[in-house]
Amino acid sequence: MSTPNYEVSQADKKFIGLHLLFATASLFVGILFGPLQALEHSGLDLYPYIKPIFQSYYQGLTIHGVLNALVWTTFFITGFLTLVVIFGLKRDLRYPKLNRVGFWVMVVGLVTTAVPILLDEATVLYTFYPPLKAHWAFYAGLTLIVVGSWIEGYGFFFTFAAWRKENPGVRSPLMALMAVITMAMWQIATLGIAVEILTMLLPWSLGLIEGTDPQLARTYFWFTGHPLVYFWLLPAYISWYAMLPKQVGGKLFSDALARTAFWLFFLLSTPLGFHHQFVDPGIPAGWKFLHAMLTYSVFIPSMLTAFTVIASLERAAKKTHGGKGLLSWIRVLPWGDPSVSAQLLAGILFFFGGVGGLTNASYNVNLVLHNTAWVPGHFHLTVASAATLSFWGISYWLIPYLTGKELKHKKLASWANWIWFVGMIIFSNAMHVVGLLGAPRRTPLGLAPYIPEEWNGHLLRVGIGGSIMFIGACFYFYVVARTAWAKKYEPANVEIPAAESVHDPQQTPEWLDKWVPWIIATVALIIIAYGPQLVDQIANISLNSPGGKFW
Amino acid sequence: MSEIKTSMNLDPYERNWIIISIVLAVIFAIIIAVAGFAYGIQVPSPEQRVDPRTVALEGPWADPGLRELAPGKYDAYILAQTWSFVPREMTVPVGAEVTFYITSKDVQHGLKLQDTNLNVQVVPGQVSKLTITFDEPGDYDYICTEYCGAAHAVMFGTLHVEE
Repeated sequence: MSTPNYEVSQADKKFIGLHLLFATASLFVGILFGPLQALEHSGLDLYPYIKPIFQSYYQGLTIHGVLNALVWTTFFITGFLTLVVIFGLKRDLRYPKLNRVGFWVMVVGLVTTAVPILLDEATVLYTFYPPLKAHWAFYAGLTLIVVGSWIEGYGFFFTFAAWRKENPGVRSPLMALMAVITMAMWQIATLGIAVEILTMLLPWSLGLIEGTDPQLARTYFWFTGHPLVYFWLLPAYISWYAMLPKQVGGKLFSDALARTAFWLFFLLSTPLGFHHQFVDPGIPAGWKFLHAMLTYSVFIPSMLTAFTVIASLERAAKKTHGGKGLLSWIRVLPWGDPSVSAQLLAGILFFFGGVGGLTNASYNVNLVLHNTAWVPGHFHLTVASAATLSFWGISYWLIPYLTGKELKHKKLASWANWIWFVGMIIFSNAMHVVGLLGAPRRTPLGLAPYIPEEWNGHLLRVGIGGSIMFIGACFYFYVVARTAWAKKYEPANVEIPAAESVHDPQQTPEWLDKWVPWIIATVALIIIAYGPQLVDQIANISLNSPGGKFW
Repeated sequence: MSEIKTSMNLDPYERNWIIISIVLAVIFAIIIAVAGFAYGIQVPSPEQRVDPRTVALEGPWADPGLRELAPGKYDAYILAQTWSFVPREMTVPVGAEVTFYITSKDVQHGLKLQDTNLNVQVVPGQVSKLTITFDEPGDYDYICTEYCGAAHAVMFGTLHVEE
């Protein structure tokens, strides 16, 4: 490390903190609706009691999905990555004003999206499949959130390019490279919903065109929809690879493999969206099969990640903490540090998320679980565990670093992690099981007339697990709020946990630090996997589906 | 700056892990391919395009329901609409091979025929087609699996398979 004591400027700390404020507030509001959904499944429908303000289960579900999956993640990720880029490069942003513009565009987007949702004018869930027609402000707001995140990404790209110019021949710092790869992947992937909204949904909701082509819209949406998952996960991976090893008193096991994994995610995250459309009528089975195979290929960088992260943990446990044995070393890791336990528990839950993901991707096996409760059961292990629980862990040192105030109630923070973990196991397992039995997703099952007796026990567990998770979340919000707004200023000496790697990064081969070949390969693969179908579907577009507001 | 020899610094365990991962992925792919192409467990493919504005007024979905093509062989035309399937009920004998043609006249729906491999997205303008053979008698509910508006939760129908 050249300058170990690099400090992020006060202005940038404030800027990053603002991201966290909006992120956490969104998560707070979004999570309020979680138990309403879960308890409804177990027969206790609380929606009638909030009826004057919120109109339906579906409006609640829209708020829950948009705020948690889209807003909390995007705001937290752009804020965290701002820190990672600045601290990774030990350099100020090249154009700090550009990043500020990006952020405030996201805020305007958030408000613009929130208003129609809260007025029940955009109860279309977070996938907003046409021709269910939301108010145009909903689509415009989402566009602004995405465009704002692009602008913040451009800020990272310029900063990274400036660093490269200033440091010829030096390997890019790992964490900064990972952050920039994440934003570059996001830039490519979000072209799908950008085209969907700007060419179809926005003109249609404004009354400029009469109808939509729902099949083409789905294809655009899922071009973005799967890499969206990697946009959630990669920032957690940045912490697991480049920070967590330091937090457990060790080093990153392999710099070269970490870079390889991120480049493979860059290459493979986008050209596989048809695996969300296996049962769509308008896409040939052969293309679906190709995307199934490409989805399996993401298994490789995922397995690389599992190896490198676990090897780093094991090495630290054995070298620093005297751990022994095949698995018993796990016990000597610093579980008492809430930031560590959050990320370890996130990793454990994510193992099951990975297994479920492979199942979803399995072409014809998907016939059994498509659109069932299995699917939200699955993605609560990815976005609500691997990503969200890791982000909690990051915030336990990040908020003290930004505010200079010691983390309050460390024990309570650990409890938050464990309670969320236990609740998630119960909730997610029940959702998977009842989904396999045939329960549909996004459905208030308490109203459904076709529920067989044998689902009831599992639906009860959905409510119990969801309620337990909610308690964990309350603990989390209490801890971060008390820390951020602590009156008594207790100066904290918090350092950003930056892990060194076992081998000098300068030994890492140069092709893992070159952009052009990876970008060419990525664009080429997207053209191969998506090009012919996009051309065909766009050439045969029929905007003959007018739809409307059916809620 | 002095010249540093570059290397992937691959640990032997790591190398073996990568090989195992690749082999596993290939095995999964082969299993899926065999199930799909040797055993015929297939997913929908483009069937035909329709105009959702007129599909309920003319053509087969103007009069949805079962058509017996030959003894034990049926076509089933199902129209999805907010918030019901037409027809609401159908009856076929055990052993029937039924090819389903499903479309929507308004918004997206889903159709999952419980305890079978029939599970499709129903997209306005498109026709979802799959063939199922019924070897077990019983009542099979087909439920809507895509959010389609206020009364989505009550949208279902029943297929009776009789001895």
